[in-house]
Amino acid sequence: MTISTPIKPWRPTKRDYSFQIAIVIGSVIAAYLLVTNTGFEGRLPLVIFFGIFSVSALAILAGIRRGKESAKDAIMAGVAYAGVFALLLPVVSILWTVISRGTAAIYGGFFTTDMAQDPFSSPLDEGGIAHALIGTLWLIVIALIISVPLGILTALYLTEIKGPGSALIRFLVQAMSGIPSIVAGLFIYSALISGSGRGFSGFMGALALSILMIPTVARTAEEVLLLVPPDLREAGLALGATQWKTVALVVIPAAKSGLVTAVILGVARIAGETAPLLFTTGGADDTNLNPFDGNMGTIPFYIWKALIDGSPEAASRAWAGIFILMVAVLALFALARFFSRTKKVK
Amino acid sequence: MTIADVERPNPTPAPRILESKPRFSDRVFRAIVGLGGFSSLIILGLIAGYLFFRGFSILRREGLSFITSYEWVSSINTDGTLGSDPSTYGVGAMLIGTLVTAAIALVIGVPVSVFAALYLTFFAPQRIKRALITVVDLMAAFPSILFGLWGLYVLMEPGMYVAELLNKYLGWIPLFAVPVPVFLRSPFIAGLVLAVMIIPIVTAISREIFSQTPLDRIQAAYALGATKWAMIKNVAFPYSYSGVVGGAMLGLGRAMGETVAVFTVLNILYQANFQILLGAGGNLASHIILKFGEASEDEIKALMASGFVLFLMTLAVNMIANFIVSKTGRRGR
Repeated sequence: MTISTPIKPWRPTKRDYSFQIAIVIGSVIAAYLLVTNTGFEGRLPLVIFFGIFSVSALAILAGIRRGKESAKDAIMAGVAYAGVFALLLPVVSILWTVISRGTAAIYGGFFTTDMAQDPFSSPLDEGGIAHALIGTLWLIVIALIISVPLGILTALYLTEIKGPGSALIRFLVQAMSGIPSIVAGLFIYSALISGSGRGFSGFMGALALSILMIPTVARTAEEVLLLVPPDLREAGLALGATQWKTVALVVIPAAKSGLVTAVILGVARIAGETAPLLFTTGGADDTNLNPFDGNMGTIPFYIWKALIDGSPEAASRAWAGIFILMVAVLALFALARFFSRTKKVK
Repeated sequence: MTIADVERPNPTPAPRILESKPRFSDRVFRAIVGLGGFSSLIILGLIAGYLFFRGFSILRREGLSFITSYEWVSSINTDGTLGSDPSTYGVGAMLIGTLVTAAIALVIGVPVSVFAALYLTFFAPQRIKRALITVVDLMAAFPSILFGLWGLYVLMEPGMYVAELLNKYLGWIPLFAVPVPVFLRSPFIAGLVLAVMIIPIVTAISREIFSQTPLDRIQAAYALGATKWAMIKNVAFPYSYSGVVGGAMLGLGRAMGETVAVFTVLNILYQANFQILLGAGGNLASHIILKFGEASEDEIKALMASGFVLFLMTLAVNMIANFIVSKTGRRGR
């Protein structure tokens, strides 16, 4: 017995493919000729003309074969592809720039020395980022201690207790995640530093970062907790557990990997924040191990100082700082993906 | 053995007392969670309260002109004492700068985001789609100083090229006129950087909204012979219009509050600049950073008041945006 293969008339045929390939090659050549023979220069006009030529050729072809509506469809599909291209272009450019410029200032002692003895314009084999690494780690640890409990408690309030004002709190948490980071820094400065006799310190910076971290943790945690099936909670309660025991022994273990993801995304959110630190940490150049007293350097502040300095060596240092931040953010993202992939709500 | 021999249990057992009063441990649990749950409310209240409280004397002295005036004069002598001329603070010029740069960001960023979201929802194969969503999420997590540095060292040159073209061919429009040919560090380029910064969030929200278009309506459109674009225009757009507007407003909120990237890219000058290609301007947040370093006590108060204005503006924009998005979508962002 033979099974007849289904016919798929909507599939593009070999003829369609050859048309498309011909159009792409033709557009590349036409764009190249146009750019080399006129006043335009650089790669960007080449890409833009290639896009215009290929999309209009495809549209004309579709119009001849299937009419006006099809031509419109081809044009808008081309525009959608252009949208994705415009989205990817900056990402690729940013990654490429950071990788190509970021490694110039990194040498053996970069991670073990600080900038106490060297100005930012000193040669690249002097000084380092140790003080900033320590500062950033301290800030992240303190911000974690403050905002993880608050964020997860907020999420629990929204999903487990569903108490009065849940809608308002959900609304406020969303609004809070959009407040500019500079406002968080200004707030800590005005409330705790200005006029109080206390100076800048790492702890103040961590407080400002916590304000930015709480909404990220709370929102991601809420989404994760909502994924825990209600059957589990009901089963826990039916077995006679109190709500507290149900949450602690059933709901949270079920959502554990998702909660870890929430925390990681929170850290990724604050790791590179610069503006609030300018008002709160003071940005020291020497190593300060005590986050509660004295100015503290951080990686974003290091980049900021290098940027303000303006010399070519300082620019290299700024890119090196960015490189380290970027590696950290990428690593955090990979971690978050890892945890959310193993997430299985049983 | 007959039925009567079986000993029957007591026909009416004493009814069990049902209690709905939570146990002590649960009451403690609820109290703690409730306290944590209201932390965001408390923090927002404290922010508004403290910034208002610190900036109150300036706000009262300047009145409405704090928002409308174009003058920011801090008269401080070199020895730190107050000068003879009274200081006057008004953030009008920077408010205009904030709106101008944010508007440029929206004009460039929103179409890109919407079409990218359309591609992600209706065109992309499953595997490419998942990869691209990760890229968008990653882009949203890039620190703003990275965008600033990239804008300064990489985007500046092509940005100036485009600016010169705009000025050459559209210079007769006042918006694109340039009195002095200085294209470096203009609001236009700052707007470009902001556009790149808001693309991830607007794309993410638009994609979420588009993907909620009811499948039966999409298939009905196809069954009636619609092309993909006809389906998008007549089914997806009407369904998700307001959600996309909400997403764009969230982007607006981000663009208005951005500090470091604008400070890095833009040549901050205190003037109301509508000529977007000219290299001068600023926004409220970058102005605060700029003045903070050498500000006197009086000026710090004025900066707090500026922070209060910025806070209120972005909070209002965000709240409206979230309201619109959550009305359309299942949940806002």
